[in-house]
Amino acid sequence: MARYVANRLAQAIMLLVIVSAIGFAILHLAPGGPLSQFAASAQMTQEDLDRVTKQLGLDRPLPIQYLDWFGRMLKGDWGRSYRDGEPVLTVISSHLGATLELMATATIIAVLLGCWIGILGALRRYSLFDTLATVGAMVALSIPTFWFGLVTIYVFSVKLGWLPAGNRETVGDGSLLDLLHHLIAPALVLALVETAMWGRFMRSSMLEVINQDYIRTARAKGMPEWRILTVHALRNALLPMITVAGLQFPTLLGGALVAETVFTWPGMGRLFLDSIGYRDYPVVMGILMFSAIMVLIGSLLADIFYAVVDPRIRVG
Amino acid sequence: MTIAALSTDQPAPGQAAWRRFRRHRLALAGAVIILVLVLGSAFGPYLLPFDDTYIDIMKRFAPPFAGAHILGTDELGRDVLARLMMGGRVSLSVGIVAMVMAMAVGIVVGAFAGFYGGVVGAVLMRLVDAVLCFPTIFLLLALAALTEPGPVTTTVLIAATAWMSVARIVEAQVRSLREREFAVAALAFGSSNLRIMFRELVPNAIAPIVVAATLNVAQAILLESYVSYLGYGIQPPAASWGNMLNNAQIYLTSAPWLAIAPGLAITLAVTSFNFLGDGLRDALDPRMNIP
Repeated sequence: MARYVANRLAQAIMLLVIVSAIGFAILHLAPGGPLSQFAASAQMTQEDLDRVTKQLGLDRPLPIQYLDWFGRMLKGDWGRSYRDGEPVLTVISSHLGATLELMATATIIAVLLGCWIGILGALRRYSLFDTLATVGAMVALSIPTFWFGLVTIYVFSVKLGWLPAGNRETVGDGSLLDLLHHLIAPALVLALVETAMWGRFMRSSMLEVINQDYIRTARAKGMPEWRILTVHALRNALLPMITVAGLQFPTLLGGALVAETVFTWPGMGRLFLDSIGYRDYPVVMGILMFSAIMVLIGSLLADIFYAVVDPRIRVG
Repeated sequence: MTIAALSTDQPAPGQAAWRRFRRHRLALAGAVIILVLVLGSAFGPYLLPFDDTYIDIMKRFAPPFAGAHILGTDELGRDVLARLMMGGRVSLSVGIVAMVMAMAVGIVVGAFAGFYGGVVGAVLMRLVDAVLCFPTIFLLLALAALTEPGPVTTTVLIAATAWMSVARIVEAQVRSLREREFAVAALAFGSSNLRIMFRELVPNAIAPIVVAATLNVAQAILLESYVSYLGYGIQPPAASWGNMLNNAQIYLTSAPWLAIAPGLAITLAVTSFNFLGDGLRDALDPRMNIP
């Protein structure tokens, strides 16, 4: 087990190096490089620009700059926002809570609903329910999230007036009930795609398990059907879902960005778009790297957790 | 038993695939809808008396199905149907061209990684893993923010964020096909590595490649709509299905039809390509039939 974890950890560190190199390359792709914001200012002469370039060490060879940048990133020095001079990590962490709240709620909805639909679909394969669920999942995966958000706002906010059309709380209220009221629509919109994904994976995992020999053996022993399903089938079918949770993470983050934009939710995705609008490259790059690292850690944790619950993985 | 009798028992692989595909009614419907959307976008604008960029301030916010403008007009009095058709040209072209680019990069990377294996394969595939760490929309928007927006940039950037899954599929296929007799035979005949890779191995992996390509178009159309909706893709006054939704949120109360028509068009196109891909997967390779 320790060997598997060490191995997987080494892989993750190697990936982090490549990911950071890609991030660094993108940063230097910016028109005018990392100093573009200052270069555009009329206050700066070419002389000033040359001096700052030297001060910041931007005249050194790129590999050296990269090592320096990577070292500072590991120490938590991600640069400062052009907009308000705050450290990038501070800016990101102040928006992270809202995003995590949205993602966690959507994931809980998606896991419960998706697994239920998937299991039922697998047990009654090719029934009307299964067909509708399969087709519905495909349509759900094809609807642009932002458009589904717009339709939700139109129906539930404009027409019915049941839900607020955006924001995380009513100014001056902010009670738990008010927060929940604001959370419903964006969480459901984000959960749509996730539910479809979980349902599809759960269905195929369950189908694979119920055709295994040990299920037939359990039946032959005369074990009651509910016991076969819960004890033998479900427990084994749920295992691969750990991997799905890891795989789903990038989609979930991307979906959160879109849902936050439509519902003016003050999270990391919204911050990302605002920063792009302000050409605040340090924050843009910071969030890009931050989300990639989150994905990296997510898949690492999923793999390790899977190995803990399924011994076959460690050995194989 | 004659050969003729044998052949009627066993339909040719192509026929069998066509039969399996035809059974998949949703895939067939998807193919028909795609055809309608393509023809409608290509020839529809010639049948309409309105220009997609003609601004008519006197006729702002005309509701749909009431008068000359079938789907109504937008905030500048432009005909929504004309914009939908011209937008379809842009959105479908971006989707298909981005797919072709992503396939080209993915096939080359995957073929090299799968054929050579070892250090080359490991480096290439770790690069694929690394790019996959970035959530697609984040990467796409960051790149779009750094470049001049436009149809060509948008297409290239979508392709740049969509080639990885193809590379993975082709790598796995080429790695396993490389050991087969026909590949070894080609090597024995003295064929060059490049020739074996792209004349022998890749064509034998055509089934999963075609499926991946179809699903890739769906993904690319969806991504175009995201970046254009957020304002970093196709720029107005040119229409795309994504940027038509750009202002729709502001007018949601007074003119909901501005949001409905383009959104339905995107959903219809993406769903059709997804169902088509699903049907092709069932038809071309029964072994890949993952439920």
